[in-house]
Amino acid sequence: MRKHQIELQINGKAIAREIEPRLSLTDFLRGEQGLSGTHIGCEHGVCGACSILLDGVPIRSCLMLAVQADGHALTTVEGLTQDDGSPGLLQAAFQDAHGMQCGYCTPGMIISAQALLVDNDDPSLEQIKDAIGGNICRCTGYVQVIESIQLAASRMREAHL
Amino acid sequence: MNTVMNEHLGKNLHYVAHKRRVREDKRFVTGKGKYVQDVNLPFTKHAAVLPSPYPRARILSIDTAAAEALDGVQMVLTGEQMAVDCNPIRLGLKLPEINWYPLAVGMTCYVGEWVAIVVADDAYIAEDALDLIEVEYEPLAAIVDPERAFEDKDLLVHPGHGSNVLYHGNFLWGAVDEDFAAADDSLTFRARWGRSSTVPIETFGALASWDEGTEILDIWASIQMPNFVELMATTLGYPLNSIRLHQDVDVGGSYGVKRGIKQSVLVAYLSRKLHLPVRFIEDRLANMAGSDAHGPDRIFDTDVAFNNDGVIRSLKIRALDDAGAYPGRAPFQLAKPISAIVGPYKINSVKYEAISVCTNKSGQVPVRGFGQAPTNYMIEAAVDHVARHLGLDRLEVRRRNLIQADEFPYQIPPGSKYDSGDYQTVLQKALDLAGYDDLLARRDQARAEGRLAGIGIATVLEPGGGNNIFEYLMDPTAEITTFMEGCEVRVDAQGKITGIMGTTTSGQGHETMMATILGEELQFDPDDIRIVHADSLNALPTRSPIASRMAIMLGSAAAGAAGKIKDRAMAIAAHNLDRPIEDLEYAGGTISDRNDPSHKLTWAEICFIAYRAYHKLPDGMEPGFQAQYIFQVPGGGQLPDENNRVQVYPCYSFQAHIPYVEIDPGTGRVTVVDYAIAHDCGTVINPDIVRGMVIGGLAHGIGAALYEKFSYDDEGQFLTATFADYLMPSVHEIPDVKDVEHCTPSPLTSHGQKGSGEGGYLGAPAAIASAVNDALAPLGQQINELPMRMHKIEALINAKNSTMEKPR
Repeated sequence: MRKHQIELQINGKAIAREIEPRLSLTDFLRGEQGLSGTHIGCEHGVCGACSILLDGVPIRSCLMLAVQADGHALTTVEGLTQDDGSPGLLQAAFQDAHGMQCGYCTPGMIISAQALLVDNDDPSLEQIKDAIGGNICRCTGYVQVIESIQLAASRMREAHL
Repeated sequence: MNTVMNEHLGKNLHYVAHKRRVREDKRFVTGKGKYVQDVNLPFTKHAAVLPSPYPRARILSIDTAAAEALDGVQMVLTGEQMAVDCNPIRLGLKLPEINWYPLAVGMTCYVGEWVAIVVADDAYIAEDALDLIEVEYEPLAAIVDPERAFEDKDLLVHPGHGSNVLYHGNFLWGAVDEDFAAADDSLTFRARWGRSSTVPIETFGALASWDEGTEILDIWASIQMPNFVELMATTLGYPLNSIRLHQDVDVGGSYGVKRGIKQSVLVAYLSRKLHLPVRFIEDRLANMAGSDAHGPDRIFDTDVAFNNDGVIRSLKIRALDDAGAYPGRAPFQLAKPISAIVGPYKINSVKYEAISVCTNKSGQVPVRGFGQAPTNYMIEAAVDHVARHLGLDRLEVRRRNLIQADEFPYQIPPGSKYDSGDYQTVLQKALDLAGYDDLLARRDQARAEGRLAGIGIATVLEPGGGNNIFEYLMDPTAEITTFMEGCEVRVDAQGKITGIMGTTTSGQGHETMMATILGEELQFDPDDIRIVHADSLNALPTRSPIASRMAIMLGSAAAGAAGKIKDRAMAIAAHNLDRPIEDLEYAGGTISDRNDPSHKLTWAEICFIAYRAYHKLPDGMEPGFQAQYIFQVPGGGQLPDENNRVQVYPCYSFQAHIPYVEIDPGTGRVTVVDYAIAHDCGTVINPDIVRGMVIGGLAHGIGAALYEKFSYDDEGQFLTATFADYLMPSVHEIPDVKDVEHCTPSPLTSHGQKGSGEGGYLGAPAAIASAVNDALAPLGQQINELPMRMHKIEALINAKNSTMEKPR
């Protein structure tokens, strides 16, 4: 199969690769870039485990081909850590409020929360629910996920004061 | 340091019961979890499976030539070829004419059953090759309805077995006929639990690598089950010690169902054939249709005998369960609930008829609670039926039947003794949390405004700790009375502590739980204690994280191993300080003379002696610093008596659920508006973990109550292969849950802990059903079938409306 050249940014790093046109974006991130934090849950766009940010907007990486990401800037859950790899503010809030159990949906959940909080550090409960409404979690029943996002928002507000 | 006084235990707790970070979470939030998909071996090949499009068909021929010729394909395997080399997968019950192979042999038994598997250089090529396989089928009529399957003598899923009945047994505990005769009244009802499952977001996956040099098969699998390696070994015909299961993979959710034995056998077989590592990760279609991971699908017909004051005297329960085509351990999901067959109520006698049948559907696996969730749904429905029949308040009927706090340990008719509890207090806590009087007013106000509103009330027992003895009740050749968990603790030459568990984790936070207990017992900060998962060749005996058992069993084993470590340290100190052990005191690893605290050995000195100074060890003590402890399940070890009475699980947690729902009268859509839950699982090791599992289980139960179902049409075609059809609750379907703890410690465990992984799921379906029926009560309607999807409720509302219109 003829390969295509793509150039994109992943977590702030410029990447250029030759890839097969049918390679899914999830498989590209996981298999070719070693970014295994992006998870595959359903491969039909319902569960949200594969969510990443594309130019700041949350998308399902399982529904996109890697070639379609050409020229875009991507952020995965690995891109939200601090420079030394330790958890960033949002990730630490998920730790402190135990917003997960098995951790499988967590990267997608954190990506959706990041997309919300980047524009709004004082979201209402309804806004939080809307933001993660496309992320299915089978472990938590969402309550501690919501509390994690609220905790992160309150820390962001404190930091902004 | 903060301490919590556990007044029940009379102990100051430094780490147990404290809110502390869950150590597993760091790797998950940073994307560093290591799931089976994330384990990479060089030259790994990838597998994909071909599903049957028919519920029941003869396989006349399979032509794999074109698929094999595709560039990048390594191998195409059919069931016929594999059955030459492998044994059928061992079933729970002895059913010698039902042969369960990883791939269909000669016949397909359900839509989605795997007929062939392709191994290729990548998963894309493997899927391309599936399209090139030509299978010639002769479609046959399928057996779909479980009640017909039970009766049918001609149309058989497995003709060699002679019927569709996998198990049919009758149990009688106590004087049922006499109790029915003596009771003021009785009623009969049917309750149906729908075919749903836990459906983790991670599908099942396995990676196997056979090493011809060592003759060891290495396997990484998203597994959660006891006997996994044994089952693989017997299926493949390998010695048990030639399989090494790596248990340090993170499992992306399981709640009972991650039992991918056929998947794992497939990759093992293929790896050995190809001399290459082979990975198979189910895609969602293969998972929903073909993974044999469906849950109970059960019809209860129950007779209840009661007095006019609402006191329930006796139950006659008939449970008919649809196991699907291959039973695995499914029939035992009818047996485990014997552990709490009367729930939290004082019911004098029980007759129990349990029937498991096979149909042309995907197979059933253990689901969260191992059959207890349907059973609890039926028990709570019985209480609501009695209250409705007598015109009594549902709450009052429960209060009149609940076991009282001063009656523990309480033995139920089938023999299990409930260890401890205070059900009335926990129920009251739930009512207080819900603001019950205000909630009644709110419901009545909503009704006055023309809305359909209802309050649910359910109590639930959560048996925890495990114990296989229920197998014996179905199969008296299964004399299995051991049910243990092992823990090893090593202290290294630096004095650092490592705890070793022998099984995988699928989100329950075992590493945190174990570190907390080791820290508590040894008086070290749990954050400095390493926890690792031994592979199966290195692990101590385990029964895996089933049955709400790890806090109970691994927790108590960890406390036991820590005790041995302390004993060893004390012996070294007594020898070197020249003091009797009774005079010595252990504090944070340092051991000193009670009468002269300056006379002491530090932890570092003790570790040095253990590893480097043999001449300072007590006579006969082996060098090194480690301990093992294998904890046998409390109350286990007995066979049932001649009346089938036996202690099944050891510990009994309790919850009370109070949801408030409203129903859209136009569409039948149920909205769970509020939810209050009070839960008592004894001493809580980590509050965040317990709260998460309670609420998560509750949400899972809302799914089972209102949405989730694996549906088949009348011909056996599978209708729910995607998440868009199966329907799982999103955040919008889950209300704001208010929760409160209560603590009645278990007398049987190291710190009074009980299980907490299942109770939410066991209680919520009953509670939501209770609420929906309360909402429908003004219409004179009720529903006794899960899931209570919108169209069913809409039909009930419309039926009422049309009868109301008739007189006009």
